[in-house]
Amino acid sequence: MSTAPSTHVNPLRDPQDRRLPRIAGPCGMVLFGVTGDLSRKKVMPAIYDLANRGMLPPGFSLVGFARRDWEDQDFAQIVHDSVKEHARTPFREEVWKQLSEGFRFVSGDFDDDLAFAQLRRTVQELDELRGTGGNMAFYLAIPPAFFGAVVGQLEEHGLADGGEDTWRRVVVEKPFGHDLKSARELNDVLAGVFEQDEIFRIDHYLGKETVQNILAMRFANNMFEPIWNANYVDHVQITMAEDIGIGGRAGYYDGIGAARDVIQNHLLQLMALVAMEEPISFDAESLRAEKQKVLASAELPARLDKTTARGQYASGWQGGEKVIGFRDEEGIKKTSTTETFAAITVNVETRRWSGVPFYLRTGKRLGRRVTEVAVVFKRAPHLPFHATSTEELTQNALVIRVQPDEGMTMRFGSKVPGTAMEIRDVNMDFAYGGSFTEASAEAYERLILDVLLGDPPLFPQHEEVELSWRLLDPVIDHWERKGDPEPYEAGTWGPASADAMLARDGRVWRRP
Amino acid sequence: MELTDTTASRIAAEFVRSRVRAGSPAMGMVMTLIIVTPEDDAHEAMEAARRASREHPSRVLGVILGDARGASQVNAQVGSGAGWGGETALIRLKGEVVRHAESVVLPLLLPDSPVAIWWPTAPPADPAADPLGALAKRRITDSTSVTRSRSTAMLTQCQVYAPGNTDLSWTRLTPWRALLAAALDQHPLKVTGASVTAERISPSADLLVAWLANGLKVKVARNNSSGPGITEVTMDTKQGPITISRADGRLASFSSPHRPDRPVALKRREVPELLSEELRRLDEDDIYAATAQRLVRLNKKAGS
Repeated sequence: MSTAPSTHVNPLRDPQDRRLPRIAGPCGMVLFGVTGDLSRKKVMPAIYDLANRGMLPPGFSLVGFARRDWEDQDFAQIVHDSVKEHARTPFREEVWKQLSEGFRFVSGDFDDDLAFAQLRRTVQELDELRGTGGNMAFYLAIPPAFFGAVVGQLEEHGLADGGEDTWRRVVVEKPFGHDLKSARELNDVLAGVFEQDEIFRIDHYLGKETVQNILAMRFANNMFEPIWNANYVDHVQITMAEDIGIGGRAGYYDGIGAARDVIQNHLLQLMALVAMEEPISFDAESLRAEKQKVLASAELPARLDKTTARGQYASGWQGGEKVIGFRDEEGIKKTSTTETFAAITVNVETRRWSGVPFYLRTGKRLGRRVTEVAVVFKRAPHLPFHATSTEELTQNALVIRVQPDEGMTMRFGSKVPGTAMEIRDVNMDFAYGGSFTEASAEAYERLILDVLLGDPPLFPQHEEVELSWRLLDPVIDHWERKGDPEPYEAGTWGPASADAMLARDGRVWRRP
Repeated sequence: MELTDTTASRIAAEFVRSRVRAGSPAMGMVMTLIIVTPEDDAHEAMEAARRASREHPSRVLGVILGDARGASQVNAQVGSGAGWGGETALIRLKGEVVRHAESVVLPLLLPDSPVAIWWPTAPPADPAADPLGALAKRRITDSTSVTRSRSTAMLTQCQVYAPGNTDLSWTRLTPWRALLAAALDQHPLKVTGASVTAERISPSADLLVAWLANGLKVKVARNNSSGPGITEVTMDTKQGPITISRADGRLASFSSPHRPDRPVALKRREVPELLSEELRRLDEDDIYAATAQRLVRLNKKAGS
C-alpha cells in the first residue's frame, strides 16, 4: 500500500491467500457536486456498498463540497437518503455508523478562496482525527466547465499535493469534451495540476463484470480465438439501445446527442475490447497499449453519407405507453437538430480485421433496453444441402449480452426435427445465472475502489479519449452540415436510413 | 417431482425432463454440490445452497443417510427453477444402500465440472477418506456447527487435513483476517506479541491463533470471553497495541497507536454467504493447510 515503505513486507499478506479482499489503504474522498444525480444515485450508494462489504479502510472519510448553507448533519442526511434509496446491499446501522462519523461538509462556490481554505483545514483535520493519512481522491461530479476552476483552487490551496508518501487523485466522468479540441483543453486543465496517473476517467461500462468478461472469454479460451478474425467473421454489430427518452437531462443532452454521449466512450471502448490483440499482461499499461492500437487503426469509410445514420425520436408508442417526441420534451427547442439515434461504420485496418466492418449504433426510445456485441460469421463456404433445405439458415453469430440478461448466445444451424433435411437457426444461451447481476459489485463500486487502490487498468487514458474523438469528429461535422436528423417513431429500432446503411452492404441489423 | 423407490438413472432422467419443462434445456451450471445432512437439518442446508446457487449455479444433491438396516430404498425429490440457479435433488436413502451412497451419487455428477461436498452439521472423522467425500474436489466441514464433540471437532479436522478440505470456521475468519492485514498495511510495524479473545469453544478463534502465529512468528495468547464468537484481537508493537474489539458481533472498534479509535462494521456472516465464498475457489487453500498444520502443532505443544 502507498503509505508503507517499500521495504516493509506485511507478514499477514501472502500472495497465495486469495480470500483476503483488497481493502483500500487509509484515505478519504472529497465529492464536488453532492446534489447531482450522479452523486446521489451512483457515488454515494457505491461508497456505502463498499463499506458494507468491508472494502473501505477504517476511518474512511467523505467530504461534501457545494454551494449550500449546510452543516455536516445536513450532508449526512442527503447521503443517508441516497443510500436508503439506491444502495445495492441492505442498510445496516453499524455500517452507517462507521461511515457517518467521517462525513464533513464544506460550503462555498468554486471561486471562493475562503471555502477552499476551509476545505484544506478539513482535510488536515481528517488526517489527524480519522487517520486518512493524507490520501485524498477528488471526485468532480460537476459539469466539465467548472473543472478548471476547481482544480485551479485545489492547486492554489495546496490540496493537489499531500506531501511525501501520500497520494492525491482526481476523478472525472464523461463527457470528456465534445470534440477533439475541447477534449485536449480539458485534459490540459487537469494535467496542469495532476499527473496522468493521478487522473481517473470513469467510463462505467468498463466497470461492468460482463464487459470485463469479454477479455476472459477471448483470452482464457482457445475455441474462440482461431475464428476471431477476417477469415471467419463477416461483420460485428455493437448496439446500445435505451427504451427511455432523455427524461430530465434536456440541459445536458441537447446539443450533445447520441454519438457524443455514447459512441465516443462506451461503444468505441467495447469495440476496442472486442477487436484488440492479446495484451502481454493484464496491467494497465499493456491493456491500454492494445486498446490504443485498435483505436489508432480504426478508420471511417470514405462516404459518410452512405455509411452513417442519425435520427431523432418522434412521438409514438413505447412498450404500451404513449410517449412524446424529442422536440416536445421539456427544455428542448422545437428546432433542435440533436440526434437521439446514431449509427456509424468503422473499419479496423489491421491484418486481423481488414474488410470486416464494425457497425456501432445507439439510440433512445428504441424497441427495448439492451446492450450487446454481436459477432456475425460468414456463411459456410459450401453447403452440401439443397438450396431449399437451408432457406431458413442465416449466418452463425456469437452474441455477448452486456445488459440486461447478461450472458452469451451462440446462434447456429440445426436440423428441424421430423423433416427430411431442413436446417434452421437455433440459439444456445448461456446466462450468468443471476450471479453477475445480484451478488457482484455494481460498476461504480468496482471503479471507486480501483481509484482508492490506485489500480488503473479499467480507466481510459487521455490518448484513448483523443483517438476516439479523432474518429468521431468527421462524422459529427458531416452531420452538422446536413441539417435535421431523420425522425423515427418511438419504440421502433431507429430511422430507415440505419437499415439502408446496412442494406447497401447486403446486411441487416440484428433485432437484439 | 417426487420419485419413490427410484434409481440414479431415473433421477437423472427427471433432471432432463424438468429442464425441458422449464423451457431452457441449456444451463450454465458450474459444479455439483453434494450436501450430506441429517433429516432435521436438511431444510436449512438446502435453503443455504439455494441462496449460494445464485452466485454458483449448481446441481445440488442433498443426501440424507437413513437407517442402514433392512431393505434398500432410494427416494428422491427432483426440482429446478423457483429461485434456484440450477437444479436440485433431495435423495433419501434407507437400508443397505446407505453403505453404498456413492453408487447413487456418482451417476448424477455433472460431466467434467468440479464436485464440492458439504457436511453442514455432522462431518465424517476423515472427509477425504469418506466414500462420498472422495468424489469431491472440495470438502467443506463446519466445526462450529457440529453437535457432538464440539471442543475437539476443529482439531480432529485439522489432523486429517487433506488437500481440498476446508472448514466454514475458517471462512468465518476472512473479514477478521482482512482487517488485521489492513491494520499492518497502515502500521508497518513489527509485531511483538498477540492475543485472541473469544468464546470458550470457538474453532474460528483457534484457527486465528494459528494463522497469526504462522504469519507473525510470535506467541499468540488465547483468552476466553462470553462471546459472541471472537470478541477481541490485539497485536502488540513497540509503539503500542493495535486492537480490534467487537463485543456485539456486529460493530467493531479499531484502535491503533497515534491514531484515533474508529468504528468498523464487522458482522458475523450467515451460512449461505460463507458457502458462497467457499465455492468461489475450488483449488487447494494453501493458507488453510498451513494454518491447520500449525493448529495441530500448537495443540501437541500444549498437551505435552
